Amino acid sequence: MTTLDSTHVTDDLLANAEEGASLWQDAWQRLRKNRMAVAGGIVLVLFMVVALLTPWLAPYAYEAQNLDLGASPPSGDHWLGTDVFGRDVLTQIMYGGRVSLAVGFIATAVALLIGVTWGAIAGYVGGRVDAVMMRMVDILYALPFMIFIVLLMVVFGRNVLLLFLAIGAVEWLTMARIMRSQVQSLRQQEFVEAAISLGLSPAAIIRRHVIPNALGPIIVYTTLTIPSVMLLEAFLSFLGLGIQPPQTSWGLLISYGAETMEEYPWLLIFPGLALTTTLFSLNFLGDGLRDALDVRGSKD
Amino acid sequence: MLRFILSRLLQAIPVIFIVITATFFLVRAAPGGPFDAEKVVLPEVKRALEAQYRLDLPLHEQYFAYLADLAQGELGPSFKYPGRSVNEILFSGLPVTAELGFYALLIALVIGVTAGVFASLKPNTRQDYIPMSLAMIGICMPSFLLGPLLVLVFGIYLEWLPISGWGAIPGDKILPSITLGAAYAAYVARLSRAGMLEILSQDYIRTARAKGLPEWLVVVKHALRGGLIPVIAFLGPAFAGLLAGSFVVETIFQIPGLGRFYVQAAFNRDYTMILGTTVFLSSLIVLFNLLSDVAAAWLNPRLRSQFSGGSR
Amino acid sequence: MSLLKVENLKVSFVTRNGTQQAVKGVSFNVAEKQITAIIGESGSGKSVSCYALLGLIPSPPGRIDGGTAHFAGQDLLALSEGELRKIRGRDIAMIFQDPMTCLNPFLTIGEQLIEPLRIHRGLTREAAKVRAVELLHEVGIRSPETTFDSFPHEFSGGMRQRVMIAMALINEPRLLIADEPTTALDVTIQAQILQLIADLQKNRDIGVLFISHDLAVVADIADQIVVMEQGEVVETGSPDAIFNNAQHPYTRKLLAAIPSGEREGSAEECEVLLDIKELRTWFTAPGQDDPVKAVDGVSFGIHRGEVLGLVGESGSGKSTLGRSIMRLAAITEGTVTFDGTDVTALEGRELKNFRRRMQMIFQDPFASLNPRMTVYDTLAEPLLLHAICSRRELDGHIAKLMDDVGLARAFIRKYPHEFSGGQRQRIAIGRALATQPEFIVADEPVSALDVTIQAQILDLLLDLGREHQLTMLFVSHDMAVIRHIADRVLVMYQGKIVEAGPVRQVFDTPAQPYTQSLLASIPGAALTL
Repeated sequence: MTTLDSTHVTDDLLANAEEGASLWQDAWQRLRKNRMAVAGGIVLVLFMVVALLTPWLAPYAYEAQNLDLGASPPSGDHWLGTDVFGRDVLTQIMYGGRVSLAVGFIATAVALLIGVTWGAIAGYVGGRVDAVMMRMVDILYALPFMIFIVLLMVVFGRNVLLLFLAIGAVEWLTMARIMRSQVQSLRQQEFVEAAISLGLSPAAIIRRHVIPNALGPIIVYTTLTIPSVMLLEAFLSFLGLGIQPPQTSWGLLISYGAETMEEYPWLLIFPGLALTTTLFSLNFLGDGLRDALDVRGSKD
Repeated sequence: MLRFILSRLLQAIPVIFIVITATFFLVRAAPGGPFDAEKVVLPEVKRALEAQYRLDLPLHEQYFAYLADLAQGELGPSFKYPGRSVNEILFSGLPVTAELGFYALLIALVIGVTAGVFASLKPNTRQDYIPMSLAMIGICMPSFLLGPLLVLVFGIYLEWLPISGWGAIPGDKILPSITLGAAYAAYVARLSRAGMLEILSQDYIRTARAKGLPEWLVVVKHALRGGLIPVIAFLGPAFAGLLAGSFVVETIFQIPGLGRFYVQAAFNRDYTMILGTTVFLSSLIVLFNLLSDVAAAWLNPRLRSQFSGGSR
Repeated sequence: MSLLKVENLKVSFVTRNGTQQAVKGVSFNVAEKQITAIIGESGSGKSVSCYALLGLIPSPPGRIDGGTAHFAGQDLLALSEGELRKIRGRDIAMIFQDPMTCLNPFLTIGEQLIEPLRIHRGLTREAAKVRAVELLHEVGIRSPETTFDSFPHEFSGGMRQRVMIAMALINEPRLLIADEPTTALDVTIQAQILQLIADLQKNRDIGVLFISHDLAVVADIADQIVVMEQGEVVETGSPDAIFNNAQHPYTRKLLAAIPSGEREGSAEECEVLLDIKELRTWFTAPGQDDPVKAVDGVSFGIHRGEVLGLVGESGSGKSTLGRSIMRLAAITEGTVTFDGTDVTALEGRELKNFRRRMQMIFQDPFASLNPRMTVYDTLAEPLLLHAICSRRELDGHIAKLMDDVGLARAFIRKYPHEFSGGQRQRIAIGRALATQPEFIVADEPVSALDVTIQAQILDLLLDLGREHQLTMLFVSHDMAVIRHIADRVLVMYQGKIVEAGPVRQVFDTPAQPYTQSLLASIPGAALTL
């Protein structure tokens, strides 16, 4: 089959033409002007780099204890203090961040994969297939998932993999709805009808005309799903139903911190700060992307 | 409208059924029986206990027996607290959680709607940025962080408010209600701002202004109803979120409500209690989703007449 | 005696990309007891001028930079918002373009109607209702009592516009500002609403400021015409002076853009290229038992090389018919025979080959181009898909297409949003021509465009049609456009073809009552005299 992509053809005609600004470039320009979103993006990249390089960057080993020192407030040796076992809080937060961020990104990726595929099929095929697929989503949507996840964690033990799957399984529903409504409204657009009249195959129509135009809302919603997933993980870990020692996460650190906050408030404040900063960054970036990509209030 | 309610009810029934079935088999599939922990149980005692809790029957018979009990509103006995039924425990916690949830929802609606509407009237000015920044903080500050921080500041350092309990000391209801309601106030504020902005840009708002209506009347009479429909529709999901939030808040503030019982049951592996609570809470959530959907539809005259089975 | 005297009005919009002057020192008068019309295309500042008078432009970004507007001894522009509010809806009332969105869907018609009475006159609800019901009757609503308690969605656009008019007149204002009040309506409804406005104006002796983009609409009713272009008044005069003795070049351009006359008939009958027999396209809406019979048993033929006009009002099924022929809508029954082949049965490769020979031009040039593809990619797609040319020849072909549709080659790498509506429609035409089709369905290709642009695109279509020997089905709601472009015409009503024939015959001696009423509704009778 011949490929229709023509962008690589260049010669006089294109060379002499004025440069156009694609919608992506326009959006990028708008995003760059949004200071909060840019700040959010920078903080996020910084956190991700730190998370990736934690074993090399962390000031102390993850297991290192200093029982003689015990809990100590921030100092030159321990910038963010130590916990009751004399473990360095900064190190704990860095390792906890790896887990929290990983849960956020992986569970969102699971949701993205299932949701987008499901929604795209339902939206493009339409008719009875669509009705059945979306009715399933409706029913699952009405299930009280928060309670179900708690139940799952209770029954099957606190398993990180299960946590990814369980959270991903909740979040894909909204993704599927957004993708479906996108595909459906795009299908009725005149430029898709024009592509049909040209004789393009359905696969080519989806690839060249539907997906590039549905991408905006998906990007925005993905950015906003990550913080809600991270919140969910922290919530479960706080209750003791999520991440288990010897692993740690921000939620778990906050939970420990809350127990001893009266004497050692820094054990609550710093992990809390790490979590809220990340959530802030993701939300600001998501809002900024929403404005830049001009995505109307996401349906449902 | 009646048809709409009926169709939503018909949709709710399979949901509740799925919840009951899935929960039942999940709990039964859990590794380790409920009495494995107690070491000194004699075999005959164990057999008697199993008979009492019907664990000696084949699984499908247990299931149907449970369904039969449920049909009579009977959630069965608690594993952990022999002699107390799940119904009793639930109904001792329900009023507390209901009161907490009510205050939290009240805070969320009053503060959220006020802030959102206020912000929408002058978008992209200070009147918009300040409440919306606060809302952003509310969204990024989960209850399990906000709660301890509030306790730290108002309970421990300032000593203004009690740090735990419910209804024992005056003022002990304030911190838990705020902790639970804050995030929802933030969501409601963002939703009502977006909803109001959408409506305020409609042509019929211009019509109202062209008629010479004072601005407050334009907002209250012409914009508010449409602008708040998303908020009404959000109340269902918010209710589910509040229930889950009560797990945390009741644990932090040691409040004897449903949420705390549920978390305790989870840790004690009190299976009948987990089963009963899940079924009960899930039904409540489904019911509230239904109510908020119906309310949102009722506010829209077009939907109202469409589903009334009427002429148009 | 002048009721409203606007002098040197200046309005600008302050946006992130700088300040844009929308109205640059506009002056005009509205005489008492007369209809004054402001004519202009989109961006001329005609609506902004009038909204600014009543403090109805959103601010920011809108800003009034200067000028005066004397009305009843006061300068409107100098009044506070509170003082202005007392005038709005009492002394000056407004009606708007789109009656579907201008009534609050959450409140009953009655509640909205009595509002001006309650605020400005402090009437009780009961007293106001009596007055409202009277007025509803006067604007031609049949059962005003039940209408009073109904919601807007229960009414058609025409009825809603009547309600809007009643609401505007309920306080007996001295000046009525009507902003394109008939643009969103079908022609027959448009004629009724125009008549209603003219009658009410006479009965009440009020001044009317009528904003429109359509000279023909204004021709019948205006006493005075103000022509605006790009924020300035370029000409003012009586209809007679404007139509017969226009001074300004822009006014003449507007007049020339009014589609008029007929095509030189290519009378010789050629072979039938497309033969449609008993075509039915029905839709079943979810939850509905009875199908919507959008196209219900239609048969006709199109001769090679002719332009066949298909005219009808909204909901007549004319667009569905076009889409059915293109196999974009699922046909329920019937055959479409194209050059001897029944296309309704084609699938796969055969369908693709047939699609090369038939193309479509859509109504909305803002929706019919993929916003994420450059002009180059948009035009290259059909060329490569149907192997019209090799990759090496691609650039040459695209350059030729650009020339054909009158677009500068330098724009080739730009994206649709960087073009105006008319330019976009040229790109869409280029895409349709790329496959070198024999037959084109043009679905309202000019109705979303400004009048002067409309004339250019129509001429382009006619020229290209002649050059490429195209056969065309031209779908439109606009009788004047059809008359201008078509050889033969089909009149469609409720899914059926009610009249067919050569343009001259149908326009001069319409046989069917529906066609007669359509023709009677064409605005601008004064123009053709």
